Amino acid sequence: MLKTECPVCGADVELNDGTVKGELLECGECGTELEVINLDPLSLAEAPKEEEDWGE
Amino acid sequence: MSKLKISIAGGSGYTGGELLRLLMTHPQVEISQVTSERFKGKPVARLHPNLRKRSELKFSSLSELENCDVLFLCLPHKSSSKKINEFLGIAEKIIDLSGDFRLNNADDYKKWYGEEHPNEEFLGKFVYGIPELHREEMKNAKLISSAGCNATAVILGLYPLYKNKIIDIKKSVAEVKVGSSESGNESTPASHHPERAGCVRSFMPTGHRHTGEIIQELSFGEKIDFNFSATSIDMVRGVLATSHVFLNEDLDEKDIWKIYRKEYSGEPFIRIVKENDGIYRYPEPKLLAGSNYCDIGFEKDRNSNRVVVISAIDNLMKGAAGQAVQAFNIMNGFQETTSLEFTGLHPV
Repeated sequence: MLKTECPVCGADVELNDGTVKGELLECGECGTELEVINLDPLSLAEAPKEEEDWGE
Repeated sequence: MSKLKISIAGGSGYTGGELLRLLMTHPQVEISQVTSERFKGKPVARLHPNLRKRSELKFSSLSELENCDVLFLCLPHKSSSKKINEFLGIAEKIIDLSGDFRLNNADDYKKWYGEEHPNEEFLGKFVYGIPELHREEMKNAKLISSAGCNATAVILGLYPLYKNKIIDIKKSVAEVKVGSSESGNESTPASHHPERAGCVRSFMPTGHRHTGEIIQELSFGEKIDFNFSATSIDMVRGVLATSHVFLNEDLDEKDIWKIYRKEYSGEPFIRIVKENDGIYRYPEPKLLAGSNYCDIGFEKDRNSNRVVVISAIDNLMKGAAGQAVQAFNIMNGFQETTSLEFTGLHPV
């Protein structure tokens, strides 16, 4: 099990050993959708969100 | 295990009805008597129609109260304080849901209630009834004073920030938007439907009594200044508190998250609601109707050191009967969540 911290709320986040770069997950504490941006060192970022006016 | 015999003094109001609803299914409770002077002899379901076919109880008079293990007082202002010695002859443990014993000293009582307390030797003897702040004291308490509804919403929202001393204690402002059930079940010209429906009525811009409780409970060492306003809106149940506080150090949102997590992790009725997606991103009282939750959210102003804290409760639950039952469970060694696990409704 891999462990890191949510970049938004600082809560502990656990990831499976088979996690791959680009994988999306949700923080159990603040509900933010997160993206694995690096595996070594393990790093998460807020996933890009679709804005309401996308495509306009 | 034998059940505790409880009675409710003043059971015809909304808070009394909510207490009945919660306690009638409590596995460790036998409801002995419920009083109402106006409705004595009438079935409790006449006043609380949601209890039809669920309770055969009839209202008694206060003068008919028999000894019991725990007495809940849901009486009008000053009734509990005038008769407290009498009530102590009926039950060893008392939970008072009025404002009579919330403040710890006579000067504060006079300041916020505008008169002398009729039994001021009791001030400070009641444990203030917010379990998240006073759980350990409640475990051995015989007297608990349930907190005010608006005060509960504000205090729970701000407690972690004040306790950790990261707030300028002279600058805070809270505004609450409240539902009509806060005014009780007695009608007045102001509660007449054509007047009350659709209203956004600023009814107490300054001087609200609950300010005294907020100052008492959020002062850690030095006494704080606090500014509080209340507005009635078109809602039956619910309180939404929007509090503006100012950090005294440079913290980001992640730091604030950690402070809330430190103080409230493991609390069964506190939820931090701060989401960046979905319909309800911050606390919304309508989702809490009938539940004992206090939902708390916050946002740090990126252009200043201001933090806006949003907290929501059902005023009749976490703001009154639910919180009283939570305290009752703690003071009697029961599972704290007993009878309080309803999650609320959606949509509603």
